[in-house]
Amino acid sequence: MCTMIAEKVQIAGSGKSRDRWFPIAQTYVSFDHPFHLQREHALNLDFVNEELGTGARVAVELTPEDARELATTILRLLDEGAEVETGPA
Amino acid sequence: MTDTRAYEGLIAETITVQGDGGDSIYAYFARPLGEGPFPAMLLLHHIPGWDEWYRETARRYAHHGYVTICPDLYYRDGHGEPEDVAAKVRAEGGAPDDRVVGDADGCIAYLRSLPYVTGKVGVMGTCSGGRHSFLVGCRSSEGVDAVVDCWGGNVVMPPENLSERQPVAPIDYTADLAAPLLGLFGENDFSPTPDQVAEHEAALQREGKDYEFHMYPNAGHGFFYYHYPQAYAAEAAVDGWEKIWDFLERKLG
Repeated sequence: MCTMIAEKVQIAGSGKSRDRWFPIAQTYVSFDHPFHLQREHALNLDFVNEELGTGARVAVELTPEDARELATTILRLLDEGAEVETGPA
Repeated sequence: MTDTRAYEGLIAETITVQGDGGDSIYAYFARPLGEGPFPAMLLLHHIPGWDEWYRETARRYAHHGYVTICPDLYYRDGHGEPEDVAAKVRAEGGAPDDRVVGDADGCIAYLRSLPYVTGKVGVMGTCSGGRHSFLVGCRSSEGVDAVVDCWGGNVVMPPENLSERQPVAPIDYTADLAAPLLGLFGENDFSPTPDQVAEHEAALQREGKDYEFHMYPNAGHGFFYYHYPQAYAAEAAVDGWEKIWDFLERKLG
């Protein structure tokens, strides 16, 4: 909130919190103060299910550099996966 | 000043108070034992939520002789571990300003209703709580007698950052500030930046307000947070707390 850079994305997936798997319904994406990472700002991902209460949350805090690297890797692997599923373009 | 011969004790517990719109909300309450009368403090918590640091800080104020209340400003957003609740509030753009001011007014009224309170009430907060403390100093219908803003970000807000929850930049309320203000800031902070602090200071000067701002070199955002090594700046923290006790003694004592 200090940066005001935050969005909520509706998604469907599964996530594992401390002791259980649960259906993920939303992801909070923010560039703001992290809770744990020792930086003033971080790229924060909170995979949550609001209907299950605030404890249904898997949190990840990344440096901006690592978040970009991860995003690039995710997109590359998604492209490779699409080739496996549909064959080369 | 601690006197080794003096009796000392405090009580601290969770209570329920009436907040904005008459809603019942939780608050952490800490007070020195004894007849008093004592001055009082309202603590407005930061973005990470109604957490351990704020409970410790409430007890610290009680140790220094202040009847202290710290409301759960995220009460309506859910319960559980503070940071899980805070993550939700962060995604929704923070607590609504009007609701925070309403919750603060409920707490101030509660403090003034207590037989062992002098009637003098100050407000203090860090990070978003610093911003909210300034807002309360400007907008509270109950009124406060002193405001401590520790590195409150988004007092100066560009129009594109205004939202339904934060519809007015706090700096625009500066003319309404009705209590002396102490501000503590770090030169390496990104929110507020030194330029934003200077802009706020210029507004306070223009309006002829009673204020004291201190800008610490080698300190960034959250320099009181000893549990957060990257943020903690020992020299600034020690001096900052001394400035707070001195300011409150002068304004509430």
